[in-house]
Amino acid sequence: MTLLEFENVRGGYAEVDILNGISLSLRQGEILTVAGTNGAGKSTLAKAAVGLLPRVTGRIVFEGDDLVPLPTEARIARGIGYVPQVSNVFGSLSILENLQVVVGVKDQARRIGELFEAFPVLAERKRARAGSLSGGERQQLAFARALMTRPRLMILDEPTAALSPAKVADAFDLIARLPSLGVSVLVVEQRARQSLAISDRGCILDGGQVALAGDAKILLADERAAELYLGQAIHA
Amino acid sequence: MEAYLVAIGIIALIYVILSLGLTLQYGLTGLINFGHVGFFAIGAYTSALLAFQGVPLVLCFAAAAVLAGIAAWPIGLVSLRLRDDYFAIVTLGFSEVVRIVITSEKWLTSGVQGLPGVPRLYEELGGFTAQLAVFATILAVTLLGIWMIRRIAGSPFGRLIEAIRDNEEAVQALGKDPARFKIQVLVVGAAFAGIAGAFYAHYITYIVPDQFIPLVTFYVWMAIIMGGVGRVSGAVVGSAILMLFLEGSRFLRDVLPGVSEVDMASVRIGAVGFLLILFIMYRPQGLMGDYTKR
Repeated sequence: MTLLEFENVRGGYAEVDILNGISLSLRQGEILTVAGTNGAGKSTLAKAAVGLLPRVTGRIVFEGDDLVPLPTEARIARGIGYVPQVSNVFGSLSILENLQVVVGVKDQARRIGELFEAFPVLAERKRARAGSLSGGERQQLAFARALMTRPRLMILDEPTAALSPAKVADAFDLIARLPSLGVSVLVVEQRARQSLAISDRGCILDGGQVALAGDAKILLADERAAELYLGQAIHA
Repeated sequence: MEAYLVAIGIIALIYVILSLGLTLQYGLTGLINFGHVGFFAIGAYTSALLAFQGVPLVLCFAAAAVLAGIAAWPIGLVSLRLRDDYFAIVTLGFSEVVRIVITSEKWLTSGVQGLPGVPRLYEELGGFTAQLAVFATILAVTLLGIWMIRRIAGSPFGRLIEAIRDNEEAVQALGKDPARFKIQVLVVGAAFAGIAGAFYAHYITYIVPDQFIPLVTFYVWMAIIMGGVGRVSGAVVGSAILMLFLEGSRFLRDVLPGVSEVDMASVRIGAVGFLLILFIMYRPQGLMGDYTKR
């Protein structure tokens, strides 16, 4: 069953379109990687989905409803969680306060307890300032905060961008766990190979358009994709 | 001597109230408001003009806070979606517009002649007793303000505005519109300045446009920087240091013979600037620590 569908989506920040007619879908329970070169429109597509792009045309359908006319608040309330790129925690607040910031959650204290069970590292340091956390811990906190509203879809904008190479695999493990929590995932990633490896399907953008799309394993094996967009595979 | 000390205490408390407003706006929310004095002026003139019409002083004070807050709302509406530096410039411009309007609208404000004879608080008590009563009243209002800011800081709203200060994009990602919350903060902070303005007008009893120059805003900034940004205790301690230095520098004349009265004013401002430079160099987090960088 299709959860999210982009239908001929165009848009950008000023006069120039960054997205040039993107059509793409994500099914319930799957992980979809959106990859592509710098400036291809990956992060812009994520922002369009959550309502942070000033100008969008076309349709972005989530569970049957067009999101385009809705403000970000309404989209989040409908079950979308969004983790922005790099700077995604509130540094002067504690871990606990970072989660408490998400107001309007039914039974907030219980939900925080559930997330501390899912992310024990955060529970151990719940009074620590988020600004003192490592890159990996910050990423976990950002995920946990986005999960506070019990979203059915998570949109992750380059979740490994600020991580040390040693922590990248942990982040992908974390993303791979999300469907088991009942959350479908649209992940925008520069590390396309590693992201496709944990995904069900993938899509490669070029110039604001879909250049390639399909099953993640097929894309990984596709020579043209490897040559033009994914870089060479790293063999240990 | 007692009267002099109480007078300094009253002015210091007026600066504390101003600093509390800026602590809410900048310390907790990250709003760079360079036009605080504009709201201070609106409060002072509102309360004074209403008092001249025979309105009870308690209502004059309430009106000063409300009108200063109302004035802040459109400023926030048009400028709080701008980048921080643009907002700072807009507020600075706003405060100058307020001063120029006060200067120009002579039919209402008497222009540069100012408004003499603003009714005093507790005038019926007379002398030093009245001054003590004013001090006690401002102290009570200041304590109320401190309690309010602490309550705000510890509330879900407080966490959200601190989150806005830390990372506006991540707040947007939560589905919240930061501009809406920033406008609310700007309005409340302006109301603090309005109350401070009303106290100032009824204590000094003579207000003129030149009392509401941008230097007042920067004195308040200096107070919160020296005390510690984002801390209520920083606003209190910083205002006390500022007042001690402003008043203490009056005695520079004793050690700088031959400096004229006019030059002395410049020397005092220079000395205050030098103090700020020393703080930035050796204690950038302020005396009480910078809450935003904890």
